[in-house]
Amino acid sequence: MTAKTGADRFVEFDHVQKSYDGETLVVKDLNLTMPKGEFLTMLGPSGSGKTTCLMMLAGFETATHGEIRLDGQPINMVPPHKRGIGMVFQNYALFPHMTVGENLSFPLEVRGLGKSEREAKIKRALDMVQMGSFINRRPAQLSGGQQQRIALARALVFDPSLVLMDEPLGALDKQLREHMQFEIKHLHESLGITVVYVTHDQGEALTMSDRVAVFNDGRIQQLAPPADLYERPDNSFVAQFIGENNKLPGTVEEISGDKCTVRLDDGEIIDATPVNVSQKGQRTLVSIRPERVEFKPEMMPEGAHTVDATVLEVIYMGDILRVVLRVAGSDDFVMKMRNTLGQTRLAAGQKIKVGWHPQDARALDPI
Amino acid sequence: MADTTSTTAAAPLTTADGRSLKAALATAQSRAKRRALFLVLPLFLFIVITFILPIGQMLHRSVKNDGFSANMPAISAWFAENPAGTEPDEAAYAALAADLQAASAAKTIGVVGTRVNYDMPGTRSLFTSSARKSKDFVAPFKESLLAADAKWGDPALWGVMRQVSKTYSGNFFLAAVDLARDADGKIIRAPEDRRIYVSLFVRTFFMAGLITGICLLIAFPVAHLLATLPLRYSNLLMILVLLPFWTSLLVRTTSWIVLLQTQGVINNSLVAGGLLSEENRIQMIYNQTGTIIAMTHILLPFMILPLYSVMRPIPPSYVRAARSLGATSWTAFRRIYLPQTLPGIGAGALLVFILAVGYYITPALVGGASGQLISNLIAFHMQDSLNWSLAAALAAILLGAVLILYWLYDRLVGIDNLKLG
Repeated sequence: MTAKTGADRFVEFDHVQKSYDGETLVVKDLNLTMPKGEFLTMLGPSGSGKTTCLMMLAGFETATHGEIRLDGQPINMVPPHKRGIGMVFQNYALFPHMTVGENLSFPLEVRGLGKSEREAKIKRALDMVQMGSFINRRPAQLSGGQQQRIALARALVFDPSLVLMDEPLGALDKQLREHMQFEIKHLHESLGITVVYVTHDQGEALTMSDRVAVFNDGRIQQLAPPADLYERPDNSFVAQFIGENNKLPGTVEEISGDKCTVRLDDGEIIDATPVNVSQKGQRTLVSIRPERVEFKPEMMPEGAHTVDATVLEVIYMGDILRVVLRVAGSDDFVMKMRNTLGQTRLAAGQKIKVGWHPQDARALDPI
Repeated sequence: MADTTSTTAAAPLTTADGRSLKAALATAQSRAKRRALFLVLPLFLFIVITFILPIGQMLHRSVKNDGFSANMPAISAWFAENPAGTEPDEAAYAALAADLQAASAAKTIGVVGTRVNYDMPGTRSLFTSSARKSKDFVAPFKESLLAADAKWGDPALWGVMRQVSKTYSGNFFLAAVDLARDADGKIIRAPEDRRIYVSLFVRTFFMAGLITGICLLIAFPVAHLLATLPLRYSNLLMILVLLPFWTSLLVRTTSWIVLLQTQGVINNSLVAGGLLSEENRIQMIYNQTGTIIAMTHILLPFMILPLYSVMRPIPPSYVRAARSLGATSWTAFRRIYLPQTLPGIGAGALLVFILAVGYYITPALVGGASGQLISNLIAFHMQDSLNWSLAAALAAILLGAVLILYWLYDRLVGIDNLKLG
């Protein structure tokens, strides 16, 4: 950790706090280090402080306490226009009185670039987002998706090494949004830029990011690659916020190393991995992903505990079958089955036994 | 349904019961159209009666004046028959004498005298006194009239009478721009001492422009604050902006007198503070300064409100985007923010300028001699000199100037971009 190079600490938040009114903290002690070239997503519900962090990085908000460093240099006192950070705004913020070409030319003009150089860069940036033929249009004549591309091209045209995106796909319809996610991801890979991306859409965060920082209540709840975040959430908030999740409240019955058993409130025993619990008798909330729940004994590990379940409803969703079960007294336990050719069909009212690998059930902090 | 449409595709479309579709549509819509017309009718009539008719009347009056021709028909006929430059012969004098007798009897000679007096000052008494003696006029009328007053032989007088004998003429417009016609009908500049209108027009437009400029300078930051402050502060500020609207114009103007006069609040404070000696009190009112200060204050809301309505919907992300793209705050303002407020600037400037050009009461109260605008002179001709035709001509020029301005604005900025609120 001591021999970190500048490229590993390209963006750094060092004990950053932010308050607007002097009474409450919107951002509480934020510490974050980003290497060069990373795609990091700040994910969280609205009001969690993620946009404030982005605005502090862009220079539109000042940190109340702490230091923000870009490429090793503290930038707290650097005005936004000298930071050289490209930014894509939620509503695109394309200048309505300028054509697409003039919009892209603006950052180059204020940098004093010559006409021929400007034209070459504009052409390159527009070709990058496949909008080369739209150079003379006005933003109002473009569709949402096209405006999005232009906003992206404008943020990239002056070759910034860091690009910030503030919910850039929020206003697009689902299909276009998914398409743009891949396009942004590809641009990131091909240009080697560092991206900080803010969103409240967890699917978007998982699809695009190298790492995701889950924000809640002004703190980073977990900072991890998408797979870790989904499969190994650190706490109940992250488990709830990312993807669908079954919750089983109970008490730790036995704990040894990376395994524990939990007694549910109706007396049944289940296997789990201790995450936020350390001793016997603690209250906990066990979280299991619906697709990791098994009902065929051959799919469960040797000696795994099973729980009685009653099938309440089987919902046919095409690629999967969604089975709602009554487990330990609660009626919202969900199991997802792949819709394969030889899949056992369950029917409402059927009694089965469900189980799982202990590492898929995570004993988290109670909420 | 599908097969009927395909077979009749080429023929005119009909409704289900065979009527022409166009006729059916017209019937269906006629009720709505009649109702719409009915709702608009009162406003239309109101505009015709209170706006179009008076302005038409005013424009008509600026070219028509029958004060001479209606009351002196015989001599007017003689002028019409003989070209300009014809020496007045015995027939002319006979006609003149007959007209004077008739006008004297009808007691309309005053009107005639006044009309000639507009173009040739000092002639009213010639007409009235000659009319009194008109009973004694006998042939040969030339000698008789010249005996009554030698001025009847003046070729200039005959030239003026020829001019005013026309019911319709552009002479009032000439007078309104300090021009006149000589005895031969050629357009010449008015005598030095009567050239007041052009310089007054220039002063009016200059002062209106200056007031518009000052209003813009003051209103822009205020409107920006209004548009960006949190709601509770901006509401308070809005009340302060609108407060002058709720106060009588007269009260506001008088309060400026109280503040600005030589023995007023400002001068007294400066003297009391030792910043000004007793004998050097500043003259801030009853001159151009007073007019400019008071009118700027009164017209300011008309600049702030259109600006505000344009600025409010501009999201802060535009300027932020510009900053993030590398622009200094000044560049971001000049290239991104300012161009987007242009419709508001245009609307506000046009509104304030047009109001200022025709403003009457404030310059009349605080303008003194040097702060008078053209509207004050129009009022003078309406109320005191009773030369309504000249007043109408002056007003028509003002109206024309405003229309030209409007047209220019439309050409340069586009009237679609006008945003008043």
